[in-house]
Amino acid sequence: MSTVPEQRRSPEVLLVEDNPGDVRLAREAFHDVNSAIRLHLASDGIEAMAFLRKQGAHIDAPRPDLIVLDLNLPKMNGREVLAQIKSDDALKMIPTVVLSSSETDGDVLISYRLQANCYLRKPAQWDAFVGMVRSINAFWLTNTRLPQKTPSG
Amino acid sequence: MPVQVLLVEDSPGDARLTLEAFRSADESIRLHTTVDGVEAMAFLRQEGKYAHSPRPDLILLDLNLPKMDGREVLAKIKDDDSLKLIPTVILTTSSAEADILKSYELQANCYLSKPVELEAFDELVRSINDFWVRKVKLPQQIQS
Repeated sequence: MSTVPEQRRSPEVLLVEDNPGDVRLAREAFHDVNSAIRLHLASDGIEAMAFLRKQGAHIDAPRPDLIVLDLNLPKMNGREVLAQIKSDDALKMIPTVVLSSSETDGDVLISYRLQANCYLRKPAQWDAFVGMVRSINAFWLTNTRLPQKTPSG
Repeated sequence: MPVQVLLVEDSPGDARLTLEAFRSADESIRLHTTVDGVEAMAFLRQEGKYAHSPRPDLILLDLNLPKMDGREVLAKIKDDDSLKLIPTVILTTSSAEADILKSYELQANCYLSKPVELEAFDELVRSINDFWVRKVKLPQQIQS
């Protein structure tokens, strides 16, 4: 049995979500599912990019192991955040999971076109939401091999 | 509607294990196998004998393949405006950091190391099914 990679012991997850209710749900769900997760929050697209680029208030931000991204965000929407992440050589290798209440074909297609690692529909019910977070944790933070961070990341 | 999965795998043993594991996890999956990178691209481009093959909803791609290796297949898929929408999961024996990083840089949707033990392998396929087939919203099902 191989040892757990360093990053896995305390996974850093960046949640990009503007709805305070959904943020609270997400915090509780992530904590319930895996208390080792360090959940960071950005409530709009501009803040998300500042976090990822370690700018301003986010100068000491850790590099996330996983980004969970809503699409409908103020200031800069999720599609644009996704486009910026996936066109940035320093950021594009970070798995970015879209978690959106939208189920429109257009949103799904454009997310994959922009190279979202996957698209998940955000459930409305608490139980199903926790189930979804559990799946994200089980798949992305347990089974999947993630790119190792460089010392500066 | 059955989910179409393309497995690109040169080891017949691993291919059979994967097929059986998927079958026991989910009967609605249709698994197609190609044994090297050249065949994989022909399948995806629906060329020659693959003219009537379905477009996959999901690709499981080994890295170490004859004729054209998986890294090159991945690059070609992600360079193609139509094919790049298909989630491509690397499923390989390699757990080299360089391979992991390179795959993500090339926009692999995720990277999985194949376990050696049978039970663990079965469980991994089950988790692929649980996540990619049951939870994820796949793009192809929209277009078809």
